[in-house]
Amino acid sequence: MKAQSLFDRQTFIVLSLLAAAAILVPVMNGLAEPGSALHLSDHLVPLLGKYVCFALLALSVDLIWGFCGILSLGHGAFFALGGYAIGMYLMRQIGPRGVYADPILPDFMVFLNWKELPWFWHGFDWFPFAAAMVLLGPGCLAFVFGWFAFRSRVTGVYFSIITQSMTFALMLAFFRNDMGLGGNNGLTDFKEILGFPVQAGSTRLALFVFSVIALAGGYLLCRWVVSSKFGKVLVAVRDAESRTRFLGYRVEHYKLVVFTLSAMLAGVGGALYVPQVGIINPSEFAPANSIEVVVWVAVGGRGTLAGAILGALLVNAGKTWFTAALPEFWLFALGGLFVFVTLFMPRGILGAAGYLWERFSHGLRAGRSPEPVTHAAE
Amino acid sequence: MNAPVTPALLYLDNVTVSFDGFRALNALSLAVDHAEMRAIIGPNGAGKTTMMDVITGKTRPNGGTALFEGSHDLTALDEAAIAELGIGRKFQTPTVFDMHSVEDNLLLALKNGRRPLATLFSRGSAREQERIDALLERVRLAAHRYRKAGELSHGQKQWLEIGMLLAQEPKLLLIDEPAAGMTDQETADTADLLRDIARTRAVIVVEHDMTFVRDLGVKVTCLHEGSVLAEGSLDAVSANERVVEVYLGR
Amino acid sequence: MFCLRNILRAFVLLIGMTSAVLAEPYEEALPKLASDRYADTDAAIGAIARSGRPLALGIVEALRDGRLLSGEGQVIIRRPSGELIDAATGQAWTGSSGDLKPVRINNRVRRAIEAALGSLTLLSPDARTRLQAAQAVFRSRDAAALPTLDTAIAQESDLHVRDALESARAAIILTMPDALPDQSLAAIATLHGRGDQEALVLLSGLPSGMSSEVAAAARKAADGIRTRLAVFGALQNVWYGISLGSVLLLAAIGLAITFGTMGVINMAHGEMVMLGAYTTFVVQELIRTHAPGLFGVSLLVALPLAFVVAGAVGVLIERTVIRFLYGRPLETLLATWGISLILQQGVRTIFGPTNREVGTPAWMSGALEIGAMSLTYNRIAIVVFAFSVFATLLLVLRYTSLGLYVRAVTQNRRMAGSMGIRTSRIDALAFGLGSGMAGIAGVALSQIDNVSPNLGQSYIIDSFMVVVFGGVGNLWGTLVGAMTLGTANKLLEPYAGAVLGKIILLIAIILFIQRRPRGLFALRGRAVEA
Repeated sequence: MKAQSLFDRQTFIVLSLLAAAAILVPVMNGLAEPGSALHLSDHLVPLLGKYVCFALLALSVDLIWGFCGILSLGHGAFFALGGYAIGMYLMRQIGPRGVYADPILPDFMVFLNWKELPWFWHGFDWFPFAAAMVLLGPGCLAFVFGWFAFRSRVTGVYFSIITQSMTFALMLAFFRNDMGLGGNNGLTDFKEILGFPVQAGSTRLALFVFSVIALAGGYLLCRWVVSSKFGKVLVAVRDAESRTRFLGYRVEHYKLVVFTLSAMLAGVGGALYVPQVGIINPSEFAPANSIEVVVWVAVGGRGTLAGAILGALLVNAGKTWFTAALPEFWLFALGGLFVFVTLFMPRGILGAAGYLWERFSHGLRAGRSPEPVTHAAE
Repeated sequence: MNAPVTPALLYLDNVTVSFDGFRALNALSLAVDHAEMRAIIGPNGAGKTTMMDVITGKTRPNGGTALFEGSHDLTALDEAAIAELGIGRKFQTPTVFDMHSVEDNLLLALKNGRRPLATLFSRGSAREQERIDALLERVRLAAHRYRKAGELSHGQKQWLEIGMLLAQEPKLLLIDEPAAGMTDQETADTADLLRDIARTRAVIVVEHDMTFVRDLGVKVTCLHEGSVLAEGSLDAVSANERVVEVYLGR
Repeated sequence: MFCLRNILRAFVLLIGMTSAVLAEPYEEALPKLASDRYADTDAAIGAIARSGRPLALGIVEALRDGRLLSGEGQVIIRRPSGELIDAATGQAWTGSSGDLKPVRINNRVRRAIEAALGSLTLLSPDARTRLQAAQAVFRSRDAAALPTLDTAIAQESDLHVRDALESARAAIILTMPDALPDQSLAAIATLHGRGDQEALVLLSGLPSGMSSEVAAAARKAADGIRTRLAVFGALQNVWYGISLGSVLLLAAIGLAITFGTMGVINMAHGEMVMLGAYTTFVVQELIRTHAPGLFGVSLLVALPLAFVVAGAVGVLIERTVIRFLYGRPLETLLATWGISLILQQGVRTIFGPTNREVGTPAWMSGALEIGAMSLTYNRIAIVVFAFSVFATLLLVLRYTSLGLYVRAVTQNRRMAGSMGIRTSRIDALAFGLGSGMAGIAGVALSQIDNVSPNLGQSYIIDSFMVVVFGGVGNLWGTLVGAMTLGTANKLLEPYAGAVLGKIILLIAIILFIQRRPRGLFALRGRAVEA
């Protein structure tokens, strides 16, 4: 498959656009005069940063759904876990500047009359530890969950449903005050990240740029994975799971590896998301969030990687516009989008564009198209 | 486990499989030698597919022995482990990876590291290319190397799947109705190919097409209601009263 | 005639004499009510309550409600109507109302008031009032009520009230420091017979001065009650479990049909439940405005309508969306999720985002008391209803041709198709049937849950769990799944709390799927593998 070489045209376009964003956003925000047409106002920077984090989450969903046929309805959980890991670091950084001015305990613990830090909060004051947990938290959960699920060959809608239950159970758990993670208020009121004030414009620009770099890195990683022989096995599993088994591949191992990798990617997205929006709370675990991610991927085109990024950006920009202009109609629009995309655009925007391009340039080039969608029937 | 119990390559003894009281296999016993080709015939529901499922680890039998090379207990292994032992399977309806090119289909089937890390860091080698070239020639798909497998004709898919089986370098091939949906010429070519393969490997062919079975000219086993009804040359089996009654018809 | 009149006259005279004899403490107590010292007020309340005067109840109630006024040594009752009455004479008060101030009360006085009200109403002609009075005395343990209690017990004919009176009496005797051991033992026996939480509190909190015999008897009785309460507590939890299981059964049964026949996960199933609940709301609104007399049967009217509304929406969804997505279960899941969002927002736009109130007919309110258990009638109705729906569906699937076709398609779609069954039509009908069932569930759920646009969302995950746990092979799986999950949930709750219990259960199901990936009652064989 020539289309899947690591540095093909799609990769080039995606990386160029991301590089342009990483340069233009700081320039337009910092250098252009406020009031000029080129100026990007301050509140848009974290908003764009948020979209980029969502794109990373969408990328992680596309890696497993688009290439391996695993539809996870609980990926928001990994995103949220990554967010909580960095949120805990940010809470510890508040130090004595909290409302209750306790040097160690975050405000909510003082409020709950707790006397000492729970064991799992130790270490989070050290950034490298928190950063490691951003990967390890979601990674371990995905590994354990996936190990159980894939070993017993839970597939298709059954898998989707239990992932949904997983994130639902986590949401219930994180709502509890006993959990020691802030209950339904979650973690918020952050002050500093690595010594820089989180609210400052320059910090926000830096976070935006880091998010774009992470997205580019995530994209390259996914591209590398799917263009390797490993990626070909994933597609083989997606299209004919038992054939792959009879060829001697341990399908469960492949699924486990890619599921864990994808969860870690989602965790990184969550970790970059939290300092930019300034809060993480249990509603991030809500099953509806995770399903929404799937529609981003479907809109952009599953199995194309770039489509996941495009879909996340488009749908979220649409959401921002709708909730400001026609709040009543956002759910109609989102619901309609689900139905429309599944019925009329199963390949998504990129898939459809690629298909048209292929037909247009038929005969000139053979087989250069984004990975089209197949319907991995159970 | 060290001393082989049986010299046979594949040895099934007293294998029983039941689904909710229905016995798909009923004390089935069968032995296939190294480099032997065997044709399995029998009416629908005789247990042919279930037998393949047991041999390839898809279905766990309720009782009985299934040994490969006299020492490997097939009832305790999963599909992937059995495939690595050297048993390849072709499905009744051709199952190839539609979205992959013909070349990639063969690449995935090549006898190589099957672990996730091995495939993640594997980059094609010249030796692999040679193997693939040879296989493409053998199954007459060299011209279609870069086409998607999903675009191939039915007969080409059957051959691609056989090619994938060969790429695995198995000791035993299980082939389910290779002639189904093929033209007469393709059927004859397939019989030639299988006879050629059987020179070095054991092959079990399940087939309804009696002309095809006659073309193969090998020992025949007739299954009925989950057990062996008759075994021997096609002429001997065809002459069997019971076989005529339950399967061939008068 | 003469005779009767004489008797009457004598009777009047007698009453007059009695009141004359008792007049003194009453008249004496009256001004003390208005005293500045609460102790005096307290004592005066007791005296008035014991006086047996017809006005006594009025005075104590007025005191409780802040309607008792005092001024110039007089005590005045202000009736709720505003009319002023002299407490001493019972006549209308003619003086100026400018100087009157309400009599102040504090917590101590309030307790005395409760106790006095208890004994005053013990002899009320209304059995319910007597019962409440007996319970009030039981709680206050006011020794002053003892004589009245004895009188009341002697003339009580209602067994239920009599029991309450007896235990009130026992409670007073047990807390009286000068009670005889025999009396105490009898009282302990009575309380043991009563056997509830309050009796237990009383028995285990006796003062230390008791004789060892009484103390031992009390301890034994308390242990007995504890055992009894534990047994009933467990039974009550099982009942809650069955009740929750019935709700889950109602919510999941339609899902099992659609999932079973078409392998389609209908994420909008919860919204069908919601539509059923809103249908009930609309039916009740129409009945309220047009035929209030029919309110008692509003739910019965709503049932078929909810089935039709939800079923029609289901068929519509199947024909317009799901039909085009067969063989693509994951896409179907996403499309139906989109539909569920649209339905939710649609209902929110029409009916508003807040909870809508659905009334409970009179025959469904109240509770059945069995021992220390309380079974509310609406829950009983839901359990009975769920089982009847289940039985009906079972019969429909077994004995009608629709059922035969649905079963055929469930077991082997391709074969059913080749035998001339129009599978796509069966799909539409089965989808309509499943959605209609959800609508019916909505009618039932409107009785126990808030009717809001989010109603369906709160049941959907639990319903999935029931189907995944029970398997889609047959309806019995759904029944067993629902009941197991419901009971397990409620039995875990007292130990783990509601949220943690639910989490434990979800994890348990995820682990269970390891053992049986296709549920408890899964189909096996070639048809499923294909």
